Amino acid sequence: MHVPDGFINAPVSAATGVVAAVAVAVSLRGARRELAGAGPVGAAAAERTAPLAGLVAAFIFAVQMLNFPVAAGTSGHLLGGALAAILVGPYTGVLCVSVVLLMQGVLFADGGLTALGVNITDMAIVTTVVAYGLFRGLVKVLPRRRRSVTVASFVAALLSVPAAAVAFTALYALGGTADVPLGKVFTAMVGVHLLIGIGEAAITALTVGAVIAVRPDLVYGARGLTKPLELRTSPLAGPADGATPAAEPAPVPAAAAPAPARRSVRRVWLAGLAAALVCAGGISYYASASPDGLEKVAHDHGIDRKAEDHAAKDSPLADYGVKDITDPRLSGGLAGVIGVGATLAVGTGVFVVLRRRRTAATAERPDAGAGRPSESV
Amino acid sequence: MGAGHAHKLYRHGHSAVHALPAHCKIAAVFGFVLVVVSTPREAVWAFGLYALLIAAAAGAARVPAGFLLKRLLIEVPFVAFAVLMPFVAEGPRVTVLGMSLSESGLWGAWNILAKGTLGVAASVLLASTTELRELLLGLQRLRMPPLLVQIASFMIRYGDVITDEMRRMRIARLSRGFEARGVRHWGVLAKSAGALFIRSYERGERVHLAMVSRGYTGTMPVVDAGAATRTQWTRAAALPLAALAVCLLGWTL
Repeated sequence: MHVPDGFINAPVSAATGVVAAVAVAVSLRGARRELAGAGPVGAAAAERTAPLAGLVAAFIFAVQMLNFPVAAGTSGHLLGGALAAILVGPYTGVLCVSVVLLMQGVLFADGGLTALGVNITDMAIVTTVVAYGLFRGLVKVLPRRRRSVTVASFVAALLSVPAAAVAFTALYALGGTADVPLGKVFTAMVGVHLLIGIGEAAITALTVGAVIAVRPDLVYGARGLTKPLELRTSPLAGPADGATPAAEPAPVPAAAAPAPARRSVRRVWLAGLAAALVCAGGISYYASASPDGLEKVAHDHGIDRKAEDHAAKDSPLADYGVKDITDPRLSGGLAGVIGVGATLAVGTGVFVVLRRRRTAATAERPDAGAGRPSESV
Repeated sequence: MGAGHAHKLYRHGHSAVHALPAHCKIAAVFGFVLVVVSTPREAVWAFGLYALLIAAAAGAARVPAGFLLKRLLIEVPFVAFAVLMPFVAEGPRVTVLGMSLSESGLWGAWNILAKGTLGVAASVLLASTTELRELLLGLQRLRMPPLLVQIASFMIRYGDVITDEMRRMRIARLSRGFEARGVRHWGVLAKSAGALFIRSYERGERVHLAMVSRGYTGTMPVVDAGAATRTQWTRAAALPLAALAVCLLGWTL
């Protein structure tokens, strides 16, 4: 949804340009801190910013081209704001998405040059800030586990995309050049972007999970969740060395291993249920709010139209009157279907995950019973 | 955004437009787009004149019309949006070809189509006559923060590398018989994306170390600090100034 030139009027474009410039300046400073702390080099590494942020921007640029097939030939792609915020931190996220948008505008003519401020404000700042704020809050609330990072990134990405749509609608309300009623823009934008948000959320959560599985230290949002490594000697080394502490720590994790696994399943289940409830609540709120506004608009519209028709007293216009009444009703029904479908999709998604986990747990239980003393982390 | 079009952006040539310094061209294009956007939409003829100006600039740059038109296709999603607009907008209605269309919606659609197309055409012309590196240096001369320019140049430089890496991953998936068909396969694709992130990040760390070992201190040396001459500025300013004249005519007429 790159906004082209001439879509938002000049004053609002200029104002968003100022907002974007300030945000980029702030995040240039913040990114220096975020990226310097990431590596083993230490504090005096502000010069790491340019290569690392550049490569992350290149990654976002590339991953936006990765097609995720949805069904029957249609496919979607990642927007990347939430993913960037969770993987490399909010400041670097804003910076990288802004650079991607800048380059897309200047090189590929994707998004207008004068609309650059609008695009950056909408897609880089709002998405990233909303996603990271939600993510941070959820990670604080949820138990300190890796799985809760995935759940938090799902919810963050899910809501960040409609948030961008809402921000776009607000900008449109301030300075839109077209004459489309605000209610329709809001319904269409938020409805479509709720659907997009589900895809974004699934992909973001899966990607964050994949990175956490391999390099948890790289995920900015998961910092502080990993325990510091502790030195342990294996029981095999015990007899050879004859050391006393060797015998002690080994059996404890072996005994403790199955219990946290079962508990984590239940916790994940509860967290997933809570997330689904939050989603359902949010979606049902939208679903109940949107037809309300829409119905109001339709009412006004229909009444207006009727009055005009009577004044015009033409028979072919009656057709348009009917069309005008059925049209909002149809779109209202569509909004309802979108809401129901969204809730259903989330519900089944949780179900599938749950079932998979249950089968995985039953498959793993014999393994855990057999006991792998040295591998229980 | 198709893959691999980064190489086709620039069109090598030796025209007067190619020879202009990048920052003059960026400023000119930005000024032009600004003027176009602030033109009243009722002045239909003004947009025709703008199109003529762009065509003249393209002619001076010896960029063929087919090339320019093909690159304009990036606008298609918004054309679809603009086409929908007369149907959903409010206001008095007019009947065109048996369809009831909103008058202000038609104006809105025209507004977006005309201004968007001209903006895209100007940007395409800029990108096809200026090398990527020149473009970035031009942005730096226009007082964009050097760190931002560095990040952008790293992104451009390694964008193809990362995209290629992604392509190789896709080929590896294909050669193992995997074909993503639906939502169920998102897990595999997301794992690829995660691996791509790790590889990108680690490449960034390696690039940083390699640069540090060659004396990098956080700033790039500016090799050519050549400022543009007055004639170059006036040549570059021809386009936005002509557009400004048209715009003023559009406001007064």
